Amino acid sequence: MGFYLSKSRTVMHNLKPKLGSLGVMFHQSSGIASFYHHQESQSGLIKNLGAGSCNRPTLFTIWRSEHFKAEKQLDCKQNCGGPQVLNFPGGNVKFTSELDFLPEGLEERVHCYRILDENGQLTSSNFVQCFQISDELAVRMYTYMAMLQTMDTIFYEAQRQGRISFYVTAIGEEAINIASAAALQLDDPVFPQYRESGVLLWRGFTLQEFANQCFGNKNDNCKGRQMPAHYGSVKHNYFTVASTVATQVPHAVGAAYSLKMDRINACSITYFGDGGTSTGDFHAALNFAAVMEAPVIFFCRNNGWAISTPVGDQFRSDGIVVRGQAYGVHSIRVDGNDALAIYSAVRAARQMAITEQRPVLIEALTYRGGHHTTSDDSTRYRSAEEIEWWRVAQCPVSRFRKWLEKEGWWNSDAETELRASLRKQVLHAIQVAEQVEKPPVADIFTDVYDAPPSNLHEQETTLVEAIEKHPKEYPPNFSC
Amino acid sequence: MAAMLHTIGVASPVASGGVFPDHQSNKFAVSSLHSLPVIRSEARSNLSSLHESYRAGKLIAKAVATKGENAAASGASKPGHELLLFEALREGLEEEMERDPRVCVMGEDVGHYGGSYKVTKGLAPKFGDLRVLDTPIAENSFTGMGIGAAMTGLRPVIEGMNMGFLLLAFNQISDNCGMLHYTSGGQFTIPAVIRGPGGVGRQLGAEHSQRLESYFQSIPGIQLVACSTPYNAKGLMKAAIRSENPVVLFEHVLLYNLKERIPDEEYVLNLEEAEMVRPGEHVTILTYSRMRYHVMQAVKTLVNKGYDPEVIDIRSLKPFDLYTIGNSVKKTHRVLIVEECMRTGGIGASLTAAINENFHDYLDAQIICLSSQDVPTPYAGTLEEWTLVQPPQIVAAVEQLCQ
Repeated sequence: MGFYLSKSRTVMHNLKPKLGSLGVMFHQSSGIASFYHHQESQSGLIKNLGAGSCNRPTLFTIWRSEHFKAEKQLDCKQNCGGPQVLNFPGGNVKFTSELDFLPEGLEERVHCYRILDENGQLTSSNFVQCFQISDELAVRMYTYMAMLQTMDTIFYEAQRQGRISFYVTAIGEEAINIASAAALQLDDPVFPQYRESGVLLWRGFTLQEFANQCFGNKNDNCKGRQMPAHYGSVKHNYFTVASTVATQVPHAVGAAYSLKMDRINACSITYFGDGGTSTGDFHAALNFAAVMEAPVIFFCRNNGWAISTPVGDQFRSDGIVVRGQAYGVHSIRVDGNDALAIYSAVRAARQMAITEQRPVLIEALTYRGGHHTTSDDSTRYRSAEEIEWWRVAQCPVSRFRKWLEKEGWWNSDAETELRASLRKQVLHAIQVAEQVEKPPVADIFTDVYDAPPSNLHEQETTLVEAIEKHPKEYPPNFSC
Repeated sequence: MAAMLHTIGVASPVASGGVFPDHQSNKFAVSSLHSLPVIRSEARSNLSSLHESYRAGKLIAKAVATKGENAAASGASKPGHELLLFEALREGLEEEMERDPRVCVMGEDVGHYGGSYKVTKGLAPKFGDLRVLDTPIAENSFTGMGIGAAMTGLRPVIEGMNMGFLLLAFNQISDNCGMLHYTSGGQFTIPAVIRGPGGVGRQLGAEHSQRLESYFQSIPGIQLVACSTPYNAKGLMKAAIRSENPVVLFEHVLLYNLKERIPDEEYVLNLEEAEMVRPGEHVTILTYSRMRYHVMQAVKTLVNKGYDPEVIDIRSLKPFDLYTIGNSVKKTHRVLIVEECMRTGGIGASLTAAINENFHDYLDAQIICLSSQDVPTPYAGTLEEWTLVQPPQIVAAVEQLCQ
């Protein structure tokens, strides 16, 4: 149930600090009160909120208030003890007589937040105290990173063998996948692009379910409707992958809006690559989220490549992190190969998003270790040495393992055992999935609408008749 | 525009009464619909094999007009209240928002401004800024936002200030709205309503005179309806909001100020049903939205000339109500389609194909389809008028058909 309840006094009280941070002049005028909307309890449809009134002030009502009346310009006289200031729409602006253009970027690139270096050495002494990562959690994270790596390797090989038609690996981005998932809760809806299967893996989607989806068999929870690696699971709060780039980014904002309306203690998160940030959807979604004060985390996997387009051809800004400020969104750049950095950043971002009801942008710098998909051969546009260097020197999985070993929580025996077990599990899942038959013909026509309309029934009948008439023209295990 | 008075009656010989459908019925306020005859979907299916499981289980309320306006018939039920079409839309929207707190509205200028055509006027002060959300100018993205909100439990009503702007939202509508229910294996539903005015107005220029209904036709997974009277506007708005499927509701810029008396009791119309505007014997005229009024104007002339046309407002653009249309074709054997769409690839084009395919044997003459020319709508008033189908053309077409 969604509803919005606000009481003017509380909102105004909470509003002041916020306005201060935005440099907006606030007028105590009676007109403002009329803009705070009272949701009268409407015959049982509104749940009783208990003692709390809404603590989430909204700014958008303010903007349309007396704020922009002409009289306000007179107020600048009070503030003028130096350069002339004018209260333009949007806030006070100081004037200058220097003809200065802002440079296209800062002199130095925005610094990157990192905790573990390539040797698995902690670079911050008080990290563990701050975030208290237990050995259990750390080992679990490592296990899942290894699981993702194994799954990707073997599924990729299966595609090369012709057993599945297509696959998308996340090689090089295991830390992004697992560590960010570990920092979230199941209540946080995830809107992925397509290189985040580790998030679903962490949440409990089994290897068998992954295999079923890739083979599109009748046990696939998506009923064979989507390409391999286009997973979706309502149980795991992971929204079905669509091939379209960055269309999920506004979806995440809509979900955050829904969470905000229902006052749920969660935030939504969406992932996208460097290429996705060029789209109109990315721009508008960040803008909306900022204006609406929506609790959403925008996680950009800046892995250097959008198919064959390097970031230098994608944008000329200092990556994605600087864009946050352009929209009024808190942002941070993290080392995408450092699981601890990602974990801590996402946890902090989640906290911020929920308690302060604001969007947060995280840019994780990393490298796309594999090809764009199995339909791509990236050696055609980048050197094998470059790929090799990143996969070995910056591998997030080995880095994390080194740290675990330093902490005494992991050793080479455990490693051998884990790898062997994972390989076996993945192979088994593939073997089982391969044998299961494909979904029935009826599944072509269901879920287009809530109930199949007459024209689809007609079309189904026509198809079934055709199959019965010429069974040899159709695949052997095609059931009706 | 003449105010049309609808009387409630039964058009086809179908047994009504019996047990009402099930699970969904409590949401349709069955009890308040005593005065409206409800036609069981199962009963209808006995008459046509084409509709075997025609939406079994959904409540249907049918509105039918008698020949010409008949003031006496209004005494049969409560007087109701008079309002304009945009107010009817607002009433439907408001009732649904009161009934279900998950219903929310988003669009440009829908909040404090009350909407460019005042459809959402008064809703923001009543329900709050969050439930009637003003969005920045990015149609694709706020449609996407609506889809995300719908997948997480809300029921958004997304307003396109003009349907032409929905072209920007096409990616989200086609690839996500229409598809995600299917590609997720039924796990995620998108009960969103996308609505807005379209059609040729008064010299609004080519970009703001778009008729995009046909562009959306082949998107699987969405439903399209077009309202034309305050009565059906309110009923369709409510039905669209309650539907679990994404629905695109097409309104028309010039019909917002139509006045009509509508019932005080709550009613919900069927999204897939056409409306019998005027029963007749000689020819079936299929139309929707504003062209309905051009047709009815032509009908006055035709009646004087001795013709008896049957006029059906198809209302449901996807899927077509081939049941009602088919029955009419079987009766009259002549079809005229009058639409505002362009000639090529318009709704009329698919409707012609559908009728030819399904009812070829019943046709005594080739279907005539009157549409606008394949030109961008000119600004000049005279030119604009000439790109639209006018009553004299309709009269001529009927005369030609009935030779």
